[in-house]
Amino acid sequence: MSSGSGNGEGVVIQTEGLTKRYWDLVAVDHLDLSIHEGEVFGVLGPNGSGKTTTILMLLGLTEPTEGSARVLGFDPVRQPLKVKAHVGYLPDQVGFYDELTARENLSYIAKLNGIPRREAYRRIDESLERMGLADVADRRVGTYSRGMKQRLGLAELLLKRPRVVILDEPTLGLDPEAAREFLHTIEGLKEEGITVLLSSHLLHQVQAVCDRVGLFHRGKMVLEGTVPELARRVLGGAYRIRLEVADSTQDLTEALRRTPGVVSARRVDGNVYELEAGEDVRSEVARAVIEAGAGLLSLEREEPSLDEIYARYFQEVSADGNDTTSNEA
Amino acid sequence: MATTPQATKRKWEREGSPWTGLWAVVAKEMADHLTGVRMRILEILIVLTAIGTVYVAIQNLRTTVGEDPFLFLRLFTTGKDPLPAFVGFLGFLVPLIAIALGFDAVNGEMNRRTLSRVLAQPIYRDALLFGKFLAGLFTLALVLAAIWLLIYGLGLLRLGVPPSGEEVARSLWFLVATVAYGGVWLSLSLLFSIVFRQPATAALSSIAVWLFFTVFWGMIAQLVAQGLQPVRFGLPQEFLSQAQLELGLARISPNTLYGEAVLALLHPTVRALGPVLPIQLQGAILGTPLPLSQSLLLIWPQLTGLIAATLLLFVLGYVLFQRQEIRA
Ligand SMILES: Nc1ncnc2c1ncn2[C@@H]1O[C@H](COP(=O)(O)OP(=O)(O)O)[C@@H](O)[C@H]1O
Ligand SMILES: [Mg+2]
Repeated sequence: MSSGSGNGEGVVIQTEGLTKRYWDLVAVDHLDLSIHEGEVFGVLGPNGSGKTTTILMLLGLTEPTEGSARVLGFDPVRQPLKVKAHVGYLPDQVGFYDELTARENLSYIAKLNGIPRREAYRRIDESLERMGLADVADRRVGTYSRGMKQRLGLAELLLKRPRVVILDEPTLGLDPEAAREFLHTIEGLKEEGITVLLSSHLLHQVQAVCDRVGLFHRGKMVLEGTVPELARRVLGGAYRIRLEVADSTQDLTEALRRTPGVVSARRVDGNVYELEAGEDVRSEVARAVIEAGAGLLSLEREEPSLDEIYARYFQEVSADGNDTTSNEA
Repeated sequence: MATTPQATKRKWEREGSPWTGLWAVVAKEMADHLTGVRMRILEILIVLTAIGTVYVAIQNLRTTVGEDPFLFLRLFTTGKDPLPAFVGFLGFLVPLIAIALGFDAVNGEMNRRTLSRVLAQPIYRDALLFGKFLAGLFTLALVLAAIWLLIYGLGLLRLGVPPSGEEVARSLWFLVATVAYGGVWLSLSLLFSIVFRQPATAALSSIAVWLFFTVFWGMIAQLVAQGLQPVRFGLPQEFLSQAQLELGLARISPNTLYGEAVLALLHPTVRALGPVLPIQLQGAILGTPLPLSQSLLLIWPQLTGLIAATLLLFVLGYVLFQRQEIRA
């Protein structure tokens, strides 16, 4: 999962006590974050929780009030050019020069990056091709749809062969199909070894592509870890397993419940059962079904939903808050 | 914005050249200016003006060919009622073009949401702003140089005599002064494009400032001078100090500075700018032209004044731009 590089070497983004205040509003509050090489990290939280501000500070586009950040070992405040040479950033609402073609838009960016002309041409063709925009490369960007602009934005990032890619709300305004496709492309980046930091307020939409997530609330990162970890911590049973058996005459609920590791089992309807478990017990469950003499049709793990985790966490927090106040009273 | 002194101090220690990417910005912006519809319209306007005024001037000058040593300078300064001379038109065409080149430089990119994408590239904001300024200035210079060539071409064809070296040199300095004058309005509109979110607001504000100086400043200078240095006894010194104060105030306006510079450059016989005392003319034969170096000396304060105003406005915009948070 998280590439197992917990040591200092594999860390590409690190912040310590990173804070941004706007007058009396604390937009980002003492953030300690570390993101490892090659992972997809999701900065998730509702609107106004400080995601964009965090990203701007990482890129040196806004100055932290307090604390420090390191991106690829560079300080974004003092060495923003070095950071920006290796980090691709897609803002939450990408805009292009509408009167120019896609190729012209990219060519300007290549020049700003100091990529030599011939090399730039090659890379532009390559990245447009990869994003499926080769056919419309010479059309004015004004005629592009939102999804196409978003893909052009990614093509632009690929141009500078980034080591880190930061995407702010990349699925905002895309229809579900386009959003899924876009997230699939992000998985492709990960396979190339590019570290991805993406922010979103649509928790369920992006959770599948994130190796690790940080849940933001009012400028603080309140929860951090892999989705199953968080599920275990907040929801208790981390794994939900859904299985379908061939034989409907027999009730397997009891047999399943007795399987080691399984917390609860429930017959949903006819041949379908739902289990909760503390860990991945799919092989044990499969064996239990076979041993009970039933035929196994399918066995799949259901990801717990981040929305649920988020909501449950705040229920607990506010319940705790109520307790302390009542104790004090 | 919440910038601690510490953070500001660190900022000055930033690494890498502030000019990285400058020429990429200049090239992109100039290409935009030169292909845009906006500039196309203004170019047509200025070309028509040049042809019209110069045609009229040539009609008038044909009678004096051979007598006037500065025939080619007259091409710029000769008008015939009701048509003013070409320099008269330039006085408001140049501010118009300069404002058109700058009023949406920053806020336009913000509204199109291209600014943060560009600033996410390895360049400093310095390069972007200065690049936009240079591109505007170069475009202006290019257009003016083309007009200059056009006028000289027409002159050569219709007057049938070549210009003297002195005439060429003087009119080239005139070109420099005109670009400097445009620089003031360019950096003003650039500043407004940083201050105001809406390009329309920035354009209107720039034009308001220009109107203020063109229409009202002269009157205000006069009224203030009359109030502060009133003529009580009708003494010559009183008139003189009033006139000097009025001129001093008028020179706050870039229009005055430009007007004086053009006057001294294109009229070699002008020996002094402002009120002239008889004593200053002692020993001078009236009507003899000054050498170019003397004329330049005369307008040096005006020229540096225009450049200083340009720099001041640019720096103001620069500081504001550095402190602005770019979320778009
Ligand atoms: N320039 C600014 N001035 C004042 N407050 C700001 C500014 N920019 C952002 N904020 C505030 O900071 C908080 C965090 O904003 P942001 O980082 O954009 O959140 P997110 O990206 O998670 O939606 C919000 O409450 C927002 O109103
Ligand atoms: Mg945001």
